Amino acid sequence: MTAADLLQVAAGGLLMGLVYALVAAGLSLIFGLMDVVNFAHGELMMLAMYAVFAIWAVNGTDPLLLLPIVAVLLFGIGIAIYHGLIARALSVQFNRGMVQIFVTFGLAIFIRGACQFVWGGDFKSITGHWLAGRTIELGGVYLPLPQMAASAICLAAFAGLLVIGRTEFGRALEATREDRDAVALIGIDRNRIFALGWGLGAGAVGVAGVMLAGFYYVGPNVGASFAVIAYVTVALGGFGSMLGALVAGILIGEVEAFTAAFWEPSLKQVGVFAVYLAVLMLRPRGLFGRL
Amino acid sequence: MANAIVKRRRQELVVGGVVLAGLALLPVPIKDVYTQNLIIITVLFAGLAQAWNILGGYCGQISLGHALYFGIGSYVSTLLYLKLGIPPTLGLFAAGIVAGAAALLIGWPCFRLSGHYYAIATVVVGEIGYLLFLNWDFVGGATGVFIPFKGESWAELQFKTAKLPYHFVVLAFAAATWLAAFWLEGSRWGFAWRAVKDDVVAARSLGVNIFASKMAAAALSGGFTGMGGALYAQYVGYIDPDSVLAGHFSILIALPAVLGGVGTLWGPLIGAAVLIPASELSRSYLGGSGRGVDLMLYGGLIVLVALARPQGLVSLFSWRRKSDVPAA
Repeated sequence: MTAADLLQVAAGGLLMGLVYALVAAGLSLIFGLMDVVNFAHGELMMLAMYAVFAIWAVNGTDPLLLLPIVAVLLFGIGIAIYHGLIARALSVQFNRGMVQIFVTFGLAIFIRGACQFVWGGDFKSITGHWLAGRTIELGGVYLPLPQMAASAICLAAFAGLLVIGRTEFGRALEATREDRDAVALIGIDRNRIFALGWGLGAGAVGVAGVMLAGFYYVGPNVGASFAVIAYVTVALGGFGSMLGALVAGILIGEVEAFTAAFWEPSLKQVGVFAVYLAVLMLRPRGLFGRL
Repeated sequence: MANAIVKRRRQELVVGGVVLAGLALLPVPIKDVYTQNLIIITVLFAGLAQAWNILGGYCGQISLGHALYFGIGSYVSTLLYLKLGIPPTLGLFAAGIVAGAAALLIGWPCFRLSGHYYAIATVVVGEIGYLLFLNWDFVGGATGVFIPFKGESWAELQFKTAKLPYHFVVLAFAAATWLAAFWLEGSRWGFAWRAVKDDVVAARSLGVNIFASKMAAAALSGGFTGMGGALYAQYVGYIDPDSVLAGHFSILIALPAVLGGVGTLWGPLIGAAVLIPASELSRSYLGGSGRGVDLMLYGGLIVLVALARPQGLVSLFSWRRKSDVPAA
């Protein structure tokens, strides 16, 4: 294996890792804000992918052009989920933790069934779009353009989330995270902040889904496989930490790429999970998690 | 007060005996094979959910990786039978011991974690197990293992008339998990585990060994789950990683306990009695189209029950003990 090959593997890991990071960022945002792990997160990503596929199948619109539309759509879905289900789950008196887990889990099964109902159980892929099949070469390393675009957009979306964190709204978000009861005293509507947090989380995973649809198949189970990686990313980076999601996402992309290249492609996730467990044994709250 | 508890426990035992007798007599009016199969699967899941409940309910450690213990159990008894000729009646206990040992091995690092970190670690450990079995040729890899029929035998748990004897086998399994939970509710261990669930710091200040409590609960819970896996393998006659180790299976094991009433004696049974028939019936009447209507109904049901009855379906029966429910 030459240096160029190593670079090639590393580049592939980085490109995928940035997508993982954005998927995890949405999950981490929601968790940090209200202590809820969204077990339907992968299914939200799948919804975005199907939305792209559906519009593309009708009139051939390029996935890139659909990015803002689908992101806004997912933002709305996130807010609807919060008001329809999560607000209720937060107000139960018994077993609050388990109710949250299983409400979002039931939602995940429901979305999977609904997608199968509308689009059937087979795999779909979006072909012949503007970036499809194009690569660029950089010093002997071949970079497929759909993946490049995906990681660039994910990085941009990540930067967007960090910018939002600096605004007035971001400070309200931070305050609500610190003490959800005290913020009412300074005129912050907790319910509105939570709903917007869900909107942002769903929108972020929606952006990742749109870009992923450019080079990855769409099927009723695509969400589940990404969701496990997303949980690992969030737990590895530390629940609620945006920087942690970014670092852990890239780390996981790299570990996955190198496991596949040097050990056995079908065991690439075992490598990821082993690293995750090893880190958590040394640092139970994740790389950047707060106690 | 102590007398009231003793009296209540005696009542629970009587109710348990009546329910067991009722379930044992079910095959008398029900001759239809489809329904018998449905009852067997339901009772098996009631037992599995009770096993999960020991760790997840009483000790409060939400494991989302129990499919691993189930899968280990089913593979252990099956491989012992096929490769060494050890009958599944013995293999069943080997399955329980190995799965319990696996739960200890996994618990040792994972119980350093708590809350969501623990739940996600169990998901990940389960996924690792699934991927390793999928790529391990000695145990059949992705193609799985087929158990050939070698003639009617109780020792090997093989029956030509398939359903009826299994009805009693799974009933014995579910009754054993119920008795374990019943014993637990009155034992020192059970009090320690519930203390760990409610308040770790307070439990420690009372001299409860947190780590040992979690480990014991995990071993008991994993062991029973492994035995359930062995029974399932022998019942269906074919196992592969997708049918016994896949991640969604962990949720299927936990769901009846959670929706029925977590940390209660009757929750897992009630939850299984509602969920398993709902899922099987919707699958056989609506799932054939492959259009996912069954999944939508099932998912919707989970959401509805979780939101409408957060303390579990068992609370529908608790009118007589309202005073026991603490004010929230």
